[in-house]
Amino acid sequence: MSVLVYAESSEGKFKKVALEATSYGKKVAEQLGTNLVVLTINVDDTSALNAYGTEKIISVQNDALQNLNSKIVADIINQVAKKENSEVIIIDSSTNGISLAPMVAVYLNAGYASNVMAAPSNTNPFTVKRKAFSSKAFNHTEIKTQVKVIGLAKNSFGLVVNETNATTEKFSPSLLESSIAVASIDKTVGKVTISDADIVVSGGRGLKGPENWGMVEELAEVLGAATACSKPVSDLGWRPHSEHVGQTGKPVSSNLYIALGISGAIQHLAGVNSSKVKVVVNTDAEAPFFKAADYGVVGDAFEVVPKLIEKLKKFKSSNA
Amino acid sequence: MKILVCISHVPDTTSKINFIEGDTKFDSNGVQFVINPYDEFALTRAMWFKEKQGATVTVINVGNAVTEPTLRKALAIGADDAIRVNAEATDGFFVAKQLAEVVKNGDYDIILAGKESIDYNGGMVPSMLAAILDYNFVNACVGLDVEDNSATIQREIDGGKKTLTANLPLIIGGQKGLVEEKDLRIPNMRGIMMARKKPLTVVEAVDFEATTVSASFEKPVQKGACKMVDADNLDELISLLHNEAKVI
Ligand SMILES: Cc1cc2nc3c(=O)[nH]c(=O)nc-3n(C[C@H](O)[C@H](O)[C@H](O)COP(=O)(O)OP(=O)(O)OC[C@H]3O[C@@H](n4cnc5c(N)ncnc54)[C@H](O)[C@@H]3O)c2cc1C
Ligand SMILES: Nc1ncnc2c1ncn2[C@@H]1O[C@H](COP(=O)(O)O)[C@@H](O)[C@H]1O
Repeated sequence: MSVLVYAESSEGKFKKVALEATSYGKKVAEQLGTNLVVLTINVDDTSALNAYGTEKIISVQNDALQNLNSKIVADIINQVAKKENSEVIIIDSSTNGISLAPMVAVYLNAGYASNVMAAPSNTNPFTVKRKAFSSKAFNHTEIKTQVKVIGLAKNSFGLVVNETNATTEKFSPSLLESSIAVASIDKTVGKVTISDADIVVSGGRGLKGPENWGMVEELAEVLGAATACSKPVSDLGWRPHSEHVGQTGKPVSSNLYIALGISGAIQHLAGVNSSKVKVVVNTDAEAPFFKAADYGVVGDAFEVVPKLIEKLKKFKSSNA
Repeated sequence: MKILVCISHVPDTTSKINFIEGDTKFDSNGVQFVINPYDEFALTRAMWFKEKQGATVTVINVGNAVTEPTLRKALAIGADDAIRVNAEATDGFFVAKQLAEVVKNGDYDIILAGKESIDYNGGMVPSMLAAILDYNFVNACVGLDVEDNSATIQREIDGGKKTLTANLPLIIGGQKGLVEEKDLRIPNMRGIMMARKKPLTVVEAVDFEATTVSASFEKPVQKGACKMVDADNLDELISLLHNEAKVI
């Protein structure tokens, strides 16, 4: 028996969510009294995994896997899970993770729980807590099958250091055929994405127009944050759709969410509620967002934000 | 071209979320149910294929009789016919199995679904369906064009977009971008009248044991009051974020 984590990487480096999934995997392995096996694809230096409790690393190297196709990766996870006799398979909530985890479940005839946010509260029946209703509630789900697949929500379990000396085994999986071909990839480099970010700075209709986003971007840059926006802002074409957050946009589960000129409508809050700390800047002291926030500033974003940027720059340089 | 649009029947986005029977059941009392917002984008894209490329559009839901008004709404928007698989949609794997049965017998070229249902946020049905049927699958789809037997698809990835090509049949997990918000349709009077006469076929579910069971629900603990900081004292905000919240 074992617990298997698929540690996703990008350009040969592990994403933070992969290390979080590894930390979580260690916890589940302890609960079940078994070992943690971590699968990596095209990562040369896997030493980062040693800090989070990995006992065995299965390393796949294959140039044909440059453009991780969900089906092919899901099948590789399936092969490794069978080989390692894995009872629980843990996959992170990256864009790829959420596409391939359900496939892994089908291949293994396993029950699948997504958006899981805590270690199993019980291992028999195997019970996990999941986000539901766009974080307006939680659901305790029992997975009934012998093999279980878990999709771990981002920033829910955190990184838990647990030094180990993992052994590494090379594995050459057989690759499924796929008639999906990548024609082109258009990726902004050097910009923090909403899904990877620890801090997100978001602007709403209160910022009046696209020409005023310079200060949002500057604030984000000072904080190493990603930029986001409310739905009307992307509907109006002020910002790209990919920045729309909320119930019908991207979910945000960062450590810090800063909302500028956003009223805090129920659909907006539904998507950002699982951020740990929320700061609101709004001219209207009655804006609903203040009820959901941790820190609030009643004020004009056009005055507050530039001041905040200056002060943060000073703070950063004195804390460097 | 034959298109199947998978419709999930979910509480309206403004619904109060409450539970009954010792927090084991969702309280649907007074809740208005709607077409899952992501499925609306998929359905609208399907209407475009119908109007520009002569596609026929079937909508499907796995659910009990209470979901029929939602399917009728999809017919009023312009779908040609509807199928309801008569079963409570408890577990995503179960729903995918039911959809797979219909797809196997239906010869569809494209199956459009949403990237997730806004109730349980499972995000599992379309990719499970693809795995069961071994069909091509693209998730987080923000653009779809079809010519002859092949499709060009835009997929959102972390920090950008990927353009892909795939042969039909194809399953899509769609979201905003598949069509624009302003192009979403609301049923008009004529559509509603016509929808009454369109076929809605009820089929029985195949046996499949649920792989997961919902044991209970819980609501987030009420948060403490928001700490207010004076707009002229932003140093305090920075100090709170650094020393108290420890996020910067
Ligand atoms: C089905 C459905 C799904 C939806 N999904 C989403 C979703 O996923 N995400 C989402 O965001 N919305 C969603 N919405 C829309 C949501 O209901 C709100 O309309 C939207 O969130 C409001 O955006 P906003 O706060 O930017 O704008 P407004 O509501 O217009 O708020 C602007 C705020 O800015 C403040 N303001 C004005 N000037 C200033 C200034 N100078 N400085 C500081 N503050 C200022 C105002 O006091 C006000 O509170 C959805 C709606 C529906 C019906
Ligand atoms: N009961 C259902 N009947 C038909 N389609 C469904 C059902 N549940 C989910 N779907 C489809 O699958 C998508 C993802 O849903 P889910 O996996 O439940 O998050 C939805 O957007 C629908 O297109």
